Amino acid sequence: MLNTPTRTLTSRTVFLLQDNVDTDQIIPARYLKTTSREGLGQHLFADWRRDAAGQARPEFVLNGPQAQGAAVLVAGRNFGCGSSREHAVWALRDYGFRAVVALSFADIFRNNALKNAVVPVQIEPDAHARLVAAGGGEVTVDLVSSRITLPDRTSSPFPLEPFSRHCLIEGVDELAYLIAQEADIAAHERRNRILPKEQNP
Amino acid sequence: MTAPRTLFAKVWDSHLVRPSQPEMPDVLYIDLHLIHEVTSPQAFSELRARGLEVRRPDLTLATMDHSTPTTPRTGGIRIVDDEARAQLSTLAANCQEWKIPLYALEDARQGIVHVIGPEQGVTQPGRTIVCGDSHTSTHGAFGALAFGIGTSEVANVLATQCLLAARPKTFAVTMDGRLSSSVTAKDLILALIARIGTAGATGHVLEYRGSAIRALGMDERMTVCNMSIEAGARAGMVAPDETTFGYLHGRPQAPRDQAWDAAVRSWRGLPTDEGAVFDRDITLDAAALAPMITFGTSPGAAIGIDQPIPHANGDETLAGALRYMALESGKPLLGRPIDVVFIGSCTNGRLSDLQQAARVFDGRRVAAGVRVLVVPGSQQVKRDAEAIGLHEIFRAAGAEWREPGCSMCIAMNGDNLLPGQYAVSTSNRNFEGRQGAGGRTFLASPLTAAAAAIKGAIADPRTVGC
Repeated sequence: MLNTPTRTLTSRTVFLLQDNVDTDQIIPARYLKTTSREGLGQHLFADWRRDAAGQARPEFVLNGPQAQGAAVLVAGRNFGCGSSREHAVWALRDYGFRAVVALSFADIFRNNALKNAVVPVQIEPDAHARLVAAGGGEVTVDLVSSRITLPDRTSSPFPLEPFSRHCLIEGVDELAYLIAQEADIAAHERRNRILPKEQNP
Repeated sequence: MTAPRTLFAKVWDSHLVRPSQPEMPDVLYIDLHLIHEVTSPQAFSELRARGLEVRRPDLTLATMDHSTPTTPRTGGIRIVDDEARAQLSTLAANCQEWKIPLYALEDARQGIVHVIGPEQGVTQPGRTIVCGDSHTSTHGAFGALAFGIGTSEVANVLATQCLLAARPKTFAVTMDGRLSSSVTAKDLILALIARIGTAGATGHVLEYRGSAIRALGMDERMTVCNMSIEAGARAGMVAPDETTFGYLHGRPQAPRDQAWDAAVRSWRGLPTDEGAVFDRDITLDAAALAPMITFGTSPGAAIGIDQPIPHANGDETLAGALRYMALESGKPLLGRPIDVVFIGSCTNGRLSDLQQAARVFDGRRVAAGVRVLVVPGSQQVKRDAEAIGLHEIFRAAGAEWREPGCSMCIAMNGDNLLPGQYAVSTSNRNFEGRQGAGGRTFLASPLTAAAAAIKGAIADPRTVGC
């Protein structure tokens, strides 16, 4: 999917600090019976936001006033583990999140997030502790320098592969790049004799 | 002479369509793309929006499994709701438009995507296999490199048959020793995840090695590889051997005659070379293991079934899990009443799993008040099970014998727990609400699940007898 080119992002933060937040929590499977990627924000953390009767759970952080308008979610370790459902990222993005700051991410979630311009910002424990201590202030995620500026004005690096950074900053996706590799792809197929049946000699 | 290489490195390197470039991800060719109704529709929409074609429909295979009903088909197939129906018909239309082979609900080959690939012989050693489903790691049991991808990547593979990917690291898991009675492949993998944690293998491809792995049949190796993702791994692999070749020989889409001989010769070159170096390694004593069961809301929260429920010791995540499960630290799990038993899924829905469960059910009755669903992984598994009379054993015991599908593992087809219910499940995830909003899951082997069904409570399969 093509995204809006992004260089920096500044927002207040909202905390969901437990470890191992799995994609079944981010969006429960019963909301996966859709053929669209739109409109999934209403189901984000559905069972944590609402009780069985559909009433908002006041104790859940996204239902609090501090969460309104925040585009950066702060989590613990291994955020996005479990199911590969990209719906989890679509739900976060549709709800308004543009970055998730965590101690670590599950591999597939991280991949999915980068493809939808939801920036996975993995920071070290000391920076994470400073961010939590600041209690929900504003952060700036700078994609050009791969650094996050914390509310206490200190800044901390986060890993971002050069090609992913390029895609985010330019607002391009991987598909156009892959299509441009056609000559090499076709050569690989000939070399390994994996041609469609009708093209076999 | 080239340096010794791992199984993973051999498969990865042979699928690079161009040499690795600095600061760029690798371009990896995909030999087999499996798709299903839930994670493919938005990928096809993306192709359509960009005016692209499916590059290799002949290397793509579709099935229906996640949102499909498993209720008996007497009187027709009853799909749970209009959304599920629309999802299934969208897959059928996409496959028809792009000439992708589809095992639809009425097809004799239909089943869970990770059960049908091996069964049909399309899962082969040395192949790269992807699917928009995290349990694609299952296929690694054959010495394939198989991993789950998101829907954007499904679109990439549909359009180009390739993925951009950073090279993962390697992690050797050596499991030596002979499993004791009533201890199975499921217990092996739960023990590993408990040991290294659900993020223990993030960024790595696991290779399972050692005498305990060599002694496993293919169904069991698939159980182990299936849950690699639950340890955070990108994939899990087992080097192919005679067991692998014996399973594949004669499968509908396996090579035949001279092509078979050539394939086996090439597959014999895949196992990790003597002296190859892994980035990490760990050893597990398989002989020391007891049947395992989870107690929390993460697959790593697993203990020997006769152990007390652990203390959270200040771990807020674990404390929250115990609250959700309504369990008390220090108390035993054994004897705890349960409401539902689910036997099935891509983890434990193959014939040998059902045979194990049937040994426990044979001549016994399900405890009063317990609902038991036995869901074969595919139409083929269902036919094979019925041919040896397993369905009669399950029914006589009072269990439901269902149609194939993911069913109560993901609970999006109408099979689900009710709020507060406890289930012993042979599936792969005990996340909050995974089997239905408010439901509580204990993950275990088919033997342990069947023992719980008979006792109406968590029970040690070693004492129930099977």
